[in-house]
Amino acid sequence: MTQSVAPAIDAPDQLSRALAEHGYLADDALATVLYLALRMGRPLLLEGEAGTGKTEVANVLARWSGGELVRLQCYDGIDVSQAVYEWDYARQLLHLRAAGAAAADPSSLERSVYSEAYLVRRPLLRAIAGAAGDGAVPILLIDEIDRADDEFEAYLLEFLGDFAVTVPELGTFRAERPPVVIVTSNRTRDVHDALKRRCLYHWVDHPDFEREVAIVRRRVPDATERLARAVAGAAAELRSRGLYKPPGVAETIDWAQALAVLGTNDLDERAVERTLGAVVKYREDAERVRSAGFGGLVAAAAAASR
Amino acid sequence: MSGARADLAAVATAFARTLRGVGLDVPSSATLDFAQALALVGVGRPDAVYWAGRACFCRGPEDADPYSRAFAAFFTSRAPTRGRGRLTTVPPTPAASPAPSAGDGAGAPLEGPRRAARGAIVAYSPAESLRTKDFAACTDEELAEAGRVMSRLRRRPALRRSRRLVASRGADQGPLDLRRSLRDALRHGGDPTRLIRRTRASRARRVVLLLDVSGSMRPYARALLRFAHATVVAQRRAEAFTLGTRCTRVTRQLSWRDPDAALARVASAAPDLEGGTRLGACLREFNESWGLGGLARGAVVVLSSDGWDRGDPALLAAEMARLWRVAHSVVWVNPLKASEGYEPLVRGMAAALPYTDDFVAGNSLEALEVLAEVIAR
Repeated sequence: MTQSVAPAIDAPDQLSRALAEHGYLADDALATVLYLALRMGRPLLLEGEAGTGKTEVANVLARWSGGELVRLQCYDGIDVSQAVYEWDYARQLLHLRAAGAAAADPSSLERSVYSEAYLVRRPLLRAIAGAAGDGAVPILLIDEIDRADDEFEAYLLEFLGDFAVTVPELGTFRAERPPVVIVTSNRTRDVHDALKRRCLYHWVDHPDFEREVAIVRRRVPDATERLARAVAGAAAELRSRGLYKPPGVAETIDWAQALAVLGTNDLDERAVERTLGAVVKYREDAERVRSAGFGGLVAAAAAASR
Repeated sequence: MSGARADLAAVATAFARTLRGVGLDVPSSATLDFAQALALVGVGRPDAVYWAGRACFCRGPEDADPYSRAFAAFFTSRAPTRGRGRLTTVPPTPAASPAPSAGDGAGAPLEGPRRAARGAIVAYSPAESLRTKDFAACTDEELAEAGRVMSRLRRRPALRRSRRLVASRGADQGPLDLRRSLRDALRHGGDPTRLIRRTRASRARRVVLLLDVSGSMRPYARALLRFAHATVVAQRRAEAFTLGTRCTRVTRQLSWRDPDAALARVASAAPDLEGGTRLGACLREFNESWGLGGLARGAVVVLSSDGWDRGDPALLAAEMARLWRVAHSVVWVNPLKASEGYEPLVRGMAAALPYTDDFVAGNSLEALEVLAEVIAR
């Protein structure tokens, strides 16, 4: 059990308040699992639709704890040289050319080439090495794990098991204190069961109405309470229409921002027309919303802002 | 103190048993986690206990429903209503129903999966009559025999080029593999004598099977489910769903190695077995919850249905179009195609046909061999 991250926190409510001070409004569910992840020293797997604030969880944890945020963006084909470490080949070759003629002993030549000076640390190794000393442990964000392939997932499983990285030429790096690990997935495919078993799991849902209003108020200070309520109400209406990509909180924030920049205070048909691109981002969706008319949206917004 | 801990462990174990009773796959490590979590959040607040349990026991949004039911039954207090749980019409499964213990399943993979015999498809050939016999006309014994043949059917997945690079000795194109080139240079006193390059690897495409299990497909549904089972077991990236009045993901149920156990699990997971069909609405559910998000992207999608749909054909056509745009290819399997003089006149079938790349019968073993070939293309 690691408690190095949050010695002062001993209840989910406290964590929720602390995160709110740093700009993230977590609901009871998220606060509870985050609290457990921190106290039990377990990675937390956050799944949910795009734009529900999964990545932001890691950001706010870093802001709050003061630990370094180490982010690893996954993609198809990511391998050890991108995720863990790589050698600085150009400098190694230069070193070889400079020393090659002089050094007669091949094994000492090899040792000098494969030294820490030529090691390029990628995120996973940085997260381990960064935990040394007395400072706050790093927050390791493994973003969109569903984009990586099975091989990488298998490697990650091993990594999350013992927080150690072995560089064949140098030896094993082991974390003195394991980093806080947040893994996110948009669920374009299922993460392997073994990996899920190693993590605590939480499905991040769209926030409820009041929370979304509060989030908009906090993230878009220029938006009035009235506008925030109208935007959240219209966004909820959009989500109920079975769009190709229903708007997430991120889109609601964008929308409120767009309206605030235009100096709009009411969500009327003209305002929706002008700013629709901030919240609906597929042509098919935009057409669907247009052909249904903006009346329903405006009505939902008006009902919500009352 | 230790007494309190023992109590928590007992609570966690008992709750885990209830969860297994409603069909959740609960490893003992999750039970240990939950006991630890209970010690941290306390048992005073039902909300916190509820969320702590969800974090430890659930592995996906579809687990939320059974979990909430079990939670309500076990702790009798009301579970928080918010959450992704969709309302279902399934009556709460009594916890008393004999739940297969996790041990049964955990043991299976250890026996060492026998590799499907590689070689020509026809290498194992049962009585010729069974090969071409329509599934609807088969007896139970013949269906069981056909099932055994299906597991041996060679399944070559379609390939796609991966973004992953692998070292390639002979290649004279592609990015340099500096790590290996440098190793080679070291062996020659530091002079790079040879450049080793990397090329893209090939990877298997995902296969997504959508199986119409409504009443009209009854004669074929069992055989096609058996085919799906063989595919899911053989290919790590295969996914299977049943379509009826709703769309149910059955990949996990089908990944049990024993076919009878797997099919029994499907039957209990899909409440709409042999019921009505709302093909368009089901496809829409699949597209929105799974397919468009990425599951069907670049995949070979196999849809088996006779095309009978009580819903609006326009909806079916629209959803087929959406699916077709993200998938690598869409294969429609219609057992009725084999009957003489068949024309795709059923409204649903006619609406969907423009969005299928291949249209096959799949009504007999021979037809399924054709399907396996089409999938590999």
